[in-house]
Amino acid sequence: MKKIALLLILAIAFVGCDNDDDTPDPILGCTDENSENYDPNATQDDDSCTYPIEININLSQNWDGTNITLADIGTTEFTNEHGEVLTIARLRYLISKVILHDSEGNEEEIEGYKLADLSDENSLVFTSNAVLPSGTYTRISFVYGFNEEDNITEAYPDLNAATWNWPGMLGGGYHFLQFDGTFKDPNGDSQPFNYHNGTAKISDGVFEQNFITVDVEGLSIDSNSTIDIKMNVAEWFKNPNTWDLNTLSGSLMGNYDAQIMMNQNGQNVFSIDAN
Amino acid sequence: MNIVMNFKVLATLVLSVVLFSCSSSDNGSEPDAILGCTDPNSNNYNSEATQDNGSCEYGTYVDLEIPVIFNNLLPAPLIPTNNSQTIEGIALGRKLFYEPLLSGDGTQACADCHFAENAFTDPNQFSTGIDGSIGNRNAMPIYNVAWNFNEKFFWDGRARNVEDQAFGPVVNPIEMNNTWPNAVASLQATSIYPDLFFEAFGTSIIDSVLVVKAIAQFERTLISGNSRFDQYLLGDTNAITAEELNGFNVFMDEDRGDCFHCHGSDANPLWTDNIFHNNGLDTSFLDNGLGIVTGDPLDNGKFKSPSLRNLAYSAPYMHDGRFETLEEVINHYSEGLVFSETIDPLMKNIADGGAHINEDDKADLKAFLLSLSEPEFTTNPDFQDPN
Repeated sequence: MKKIALLLILAIAFVGCDNDDDTPDPILGCTDENSENYDPNATQDDDSCTYPIEININLSQNWDGTNITLADIGTTEFTNEHGEVLTIARLRYLISKVILHDSEGNEEEIEGYKLADLSDENSLVFTSNAVLPSGTYTRISFVYGFNEEDNITEAYPDLNAATWNWPGMLGGGYHFLQFDGTFKDPNGDSQPFNYHNGTAKISDGVFEQNFITVDVEGLSIDSNSTIDIKMNVAEWFKNPNTWDLNTLSGSLMGNYDAQIMMNQNGQNVFSIDAN
Repeated sequence: MNIVMNFKVLATLVLSVVLFSCSSSDNGSEPDAILGCTDPNSNNYNSEATQDNGSCEYGTYVDLEIPVIFNNLLPAPLIPTNNSQTIEGIALGRKLFYEPLLSGDGTQACADCHFAENAFTDPNQFSTGIDGSIGNRNAMPIYNVAWNFNEKFFWDGRARNVEDQAFGPVVNPIEMNNTWPNAVASLQATSIYPDLFFEAFGTSIIDSVLVVKAIAQFERTLISGNSRFDQYLLGDTNAITAEELNGFNVFMDEDRGDCFHCHGSDANPLWTDNIFHNNGLDTSFLDNGLGIVTGDPLDNGKFKSPSLRNLAYSAPYMHDGRFETLEEVINHYSEGLVFSETIDPLMKNIADGGAHINEDDKADLKAFLLSLSEPEFTTNPDFQDPN
C-alpha cells in the first residue's frame, strides 16, 4: 500500500510538473522494474528490456541409454562390456564447477557442487530455477569430481559429514565416485566390487590429479531450459579399457593404474541433454 | 521543505484513502489472522499477531558447546526451530532423563538403560524392562545426536528426530511399559514438575510433547568431541602413541581395515556415516533391522553404523551386543564375515572372510579406536543424576 501511495504521490507530483513546464523530451529506456536493465530515469519504454533466464540442471544415470533409478538398486542386473552380470548397491558421484557459456564468450558459473546419490532423488537436482543473465548459452562445462583448486582436504562440512573424503595417504581431498555393487564371478558366486575414483597416488606423497572436465558445445539454452547431465554407467567398464571385475574389483583407491583407467573410461561417461 | 511537507501531507491523505477503500472493499469479511506468538510473557511475543500458532518460546536461550573439531569440520548441529535450547529446558530434560515416574510402575528411568558412565548405553547385552522383559538389541549410546544429519534414530532408523526417539521407550511394552497419559499424570501430580515446565515452556500443564522436547534438549547437550585423538588432530602430536597412529593408518587403508567408508575419518569426526549397512554378521537374520521399518527385503539385516567414540565405555558391541570385546569386533571384520544377500559390498573380502589383518595391526587398530574415547564425557557433572 505504501508503494501505491508513493506512486499516487509521484503521479500527482508529475502532473503538477506538467502544469508548470512544457512537455519535456521523453527519456527512452527500459521502464520495466522486473527487467535486468530497468532505467529508473526512463519515461518511455523503447523495447530494450531484457530479462534474466531461469534454468534447471538435473543429474541422471543410464546404462547405455536405459534409465537407472533408485528402483534399480540391488535388483536390476546389468551386463558390462567384459561380460560380468552385476547389480548396483550404491552409486554416488560428485559434480562441480558447472559453467554456462554464451556465444560471445561470457561465462556464468552455477555456484556450488553436488554429491549425487542414486538412492536420493533430491540429490539429483543440481539446481532448480537458477537465474542467469539474459542470453542464449551454447556451451556447458563442468567438472566430474573436484579440480585441483577445489579438491581441498576437509574443506566442505557437508561432504565431511557424508564420509565422502579421500584418505590423506592417497592424496586427500574427496572421492569423485563411489560405485559399489555385486557381480557374478565365473563360478556364478556373488562377489562385491568397489569402483571408487579420486586422486591417483603415484608413490608415497606423490599424487596425480584425476578429475575430468566435461565440455559440451552446440547447445541452445535459454529461459526455462532443463539441462540433464547424464552418466552412462556402462561406460565406466567400456572404453578404452574393457574392465574385468574378476581382476579389478576392490582395493582400487590406491591402485594407480586402476585410477588412471577409470579416468580414461570416464572421458566417455558424461553427456548433456538440454531442452 | 515545502515539497517535503506536502509529500507528507499527501502521503497521509493517500494512505488514509487507500486504507479506507481497502476496508470498504472487503465486503465486511474478517481480516486474515496474523499468526504468531500472542503471549506477552514469552521470549518472542508478537504484538501484531492476532492468532497464536504455538510458536511461543520461554526460558533462557543457550548455545550448544560445540567442540573445536566439530566447528572446524562439520555443518552446524540440527536444532528444531520449535525446540530451542534453553537453560530451563535442558535442566528439566536432565531431571526427566533420570525420572522413574515416566515408567509404568515408577521404577525405571531413561538413565537405567543409558548410563552416563557407559557413554549412555547399557553394559548389559539387552536391557531389562520394568516387567522383566528382555529386549533384543543393545541400547544405543547417546551422544552427538544433533549431528545426525540423516535424522534417523535407533539401530533401525525408525525415529525421525531426537524428540521422536524419546517418545518410544516410555510406551514400549518391553521397556518402560507406560502410557503417555499416565506418565504425564504422574508428573503433573508432583509438587515440582508443573513449575519446571512453566519455567521451560510457559505452561504448567504438562503434555507428552513437552516431555520429549525437554529430554531432547538435554540429549543434545551430550556432546563428545574432545578425545586424545581429537587433540592430536588439532595439533597436539604428543596426544597419541606411535601404535595408535599406526592403528589410524590401518583404519584408513583400503587394503587393511578400510573402516573409513562407514565409520568416519580424520575429516568426519562423528566417526560414523549415520547410514545403515549389513556388515556380514549372519547368513540369515533373526532381526531384519532397517528392513522392518522400510518393508523392503533389500534392507533386511541392515543396521545403523554406530559412532566409534567412547568404545572404552560402551561394550558390548553390535546392534545385538554379541561382541563383548573390541578384539572380537576386529576379528569379525578380519576373519569372520559371512555372506547374505544384502551384505554391503564394502565388506569386499567376504570370499576370504575378511581382510586378514595381522596381529600387530589388530592391536594398533584397537589402541587407535580407544584413543577416540573421552573419559571426561562419562564424568561430566552436567550429565549426572540431578535428583
